[in-house]
Amino acid sequence: MSVPTLPNTAPTTDKARGAARIHAAFAAAQAQGRAAFIPFMTAGYPSAAEFPAVADALLERADLLEVGIPYSDPLGDGPTIQRASEKALDGGTSTRRTLQLVADLRVRHDKPIVIMTYVNPIYAVGPREFMRLAQEAGVDGLILPDLPPDQDIEIAALAEEYGLAVTFLIAPTSTPARVRLVAEACTGFLYAVSVTGVTGTREGAALGEVPAMLALARQFAHVPIAVGFGVKDAATASQVAQQADGVVVGSAFINAVRDGQDVGALAAEIAEGCKKL
Amino acid sequence: MTLKLSDLTLLLPEYPQPDPRGRFGRFGGRYVPETLIPALDELEDAYRNAKKDPSFLNELDRLLREFVGRPSPLYLAQRLTDYAGGAKIYLKREDFNYTGAHKINNCLAQGLLAVRMGKKRVVAETGAGQHGVASATAAALLGLDCVVYMGAEDIRRQELNVFRMKLLGAEVREVTSGTKTLKDATNEAIRDWVTNVRDTFYILGSVVGPHPYPAMVRDFQSIIGEETKVQLEALEGRQAPDAIVACVGGGSNAIGIFAPYAYLPADQRPRLIGTEAAGEGVDTGKHAASVAGGRVGVLHGSLMYLLNDDEGQIVPPHSISAGLDYPGIGPEHCFYSETGLAEYVPVTDAQALEALSLLTRLEGILPALESAHAIYHAVELARELGPDGIIVVNLSGRGDKDVSEVMRLLDLEKKLDTQKHDQHVAVAEKVEVIA
Repeated sequence: MSVPTLPNTAPTTDKARGAARIHAAFAAAQAQGRAAFIPFMTAGYPSAAEFPAVADALLERADLLEVGIPYSDPLGDGPTIQRASEKALDGGTSTRRTLQLVADLRVRHDKPIVIMTYVNPIYAVGPREFMRLAQEAGVDGLILPDLPPDQDIEIAALAEEYGLAVTFLIAPTSTPARVRLVAEACTGFLYAVSVTGVTGTREGAALGEVPAMLALARQFAHVPIAVGFGVKDAATASQVAQQADGVVVGSAFINAVRDGQDVGALAAEIAEGCKKL
Repeated sequence: MTLKLSDLTLLLPEYPQPDPRGRFGRFGGRYVPETLIPALDELEDAYRNAKKDPSFLNELDRLLREFVGRPSPLYLAQRLTDYAGGAKIYLKREDFNYTGAHKINNCLAQGLLAVRMGKKRVVAETGAGQHGVASATAAALLGLDCVVYMGAEDIRRQELNVFRMKLLGAEVREVTSGTKTLKDATNEAIRDWVTNVRDTFYILGSVVGPHPYPAMVRDFQSIIGEETKVQLEALEGRQAPDAIVACVGGGSNAIGIFAPYAYLPADQRPRLIGTEAAGEGVDTGKHAASVAGGRVGVLHGSLMYLLNDDEGQIVPPHSISAGLDYPGIGPEHCFYSETGLAEYVPVTDAQALEALSLLTRLEGILPALESAHAIYHAVELARELGPDGIIVVNLSGRGDKDVSEVMRLLDLEKKLDTQKHDQHVAVAEKVEVIA
């Protein structure tokens, strides 16, 4: 069988490249007695022009940066990230522009950058083309909030071909069988969702379900485990950091940008909260 | 064997199921946050058990008869037939159902399932308000708390239905994100379900969403087609007409009348034709025709034909009818389209409005704007098939909810184009003379 030659689509790097860089970042944080600090920002928020400065401020303190592709129908996100996505889209940042913004960050930063995206933008661009563009932009991994790993068993392999790690999510409702399936599919880190619900801080949101979920996840995960959703400040970050390998904070930073607060100062505070006590 | 309308076997017959990953061909699936996967598994198990349980079937059968008023009539639209001048046009009168549309068939069944699963709270999305009203009705009847998500734009278009839901004790939550219509109401209902998944049942209103919803809602709506078989046999001596026409948004009324016929051997299968909302025209970009003008993508948990751009952003749909104003079409319809089991044709806003006027004047039946899309195509098709043909149109709902919107639109049209407005009246007057 002859295989057609496709110029510029052949993977040029090591398959484990992204995974290795992500694991190294977790390991470095651990060596310093911290859980890895993983802030999130929607690409192109508050505008394409202002996003790089926000990302710079976050990367200053981050161990990894999570960049969200603005999406019209973000099912897993609460109002904060929805509105940020709408604003970014209105400003012209969609899928390809997000990858360009990451490529621009790569000029100045070496820390791992992971892309959070719903699956439809990947399908619309074309999975292989998407992976190629992501690799070219210097992306290290993908977080896929609406893609249970058994729904598309080719995505992870394709990502790996382009040196990209994949992260899937578990939730407090996940059965042991699901935790196992998801954990074994992750090559970057495993993302444990702290509560049933969407992103964003809710009043009185407790992290009470985290210990049991992590205990279960530890049985199966061969990658670091980060916890996200409802982590909004140094106190909640600290609570999570004592149990998990990484702490993801998203909506709190979007709110800070929206309200014109000092994002760098908030990042410093929360990074401090990520210390293991 | 002659079927009887009293046969319980008309309820939930075994149609082909999606594959173990919830796919009809390549369409469907479960593209949802992991939080929901156990709930979908639980739902699938509960449904599978309920389907085999005579007490569930008997209770559903009783409610469909005594509460909904089934079977709905199969009515020969003689004056419409005469007007078209071709095939006989029958109307499957889902507009007769209590609450005014086919939606109640599904809501009662899902409501019973919710009770069976011990859930005390249900959530639903709604576009035109029909599914919201049907859900609120089922919730009132079964003693469940009910929250309905509805886009701000649709609340404006369907204020009467909003009030009905409130009267029924439901809480209507206005959705202001995105396009403020059905798609965003569905996002919000799913977000609620993700958050309250342990004690909440999501009553999804169409054959969309993650598996098992498309197959389950299909089964709950298939009573439409199963009754049609029996009724047509009594009237015409045959179970299958030459063609069946139904409007398609997500596609629940269409699948309800298509599925009982779709898997018959090719020589027994009628032409199955879904009419998509072409809005101002598929070429204008202002439409909701997912097959004609969409591309394969994922929304609300399912891979389907979808209005989305080349970077994966959902393109806001447009239709005169809130119930068809949805950017996707159910996975089983996508499968029918791809395999040729059914055809999908676009019908514009103007054509639907014309058909609404026509049916109202000729038959005294005011159809929902959604159903009017099917009526329009049936008239065209009747001419094509000729006098020996038989067409069944699924008249999915009544048009009372649309009266004020139609009034606004006809006024607007009159201002823009007096001649065109007069045509609606002239068409009907011409028929008066003929008939």
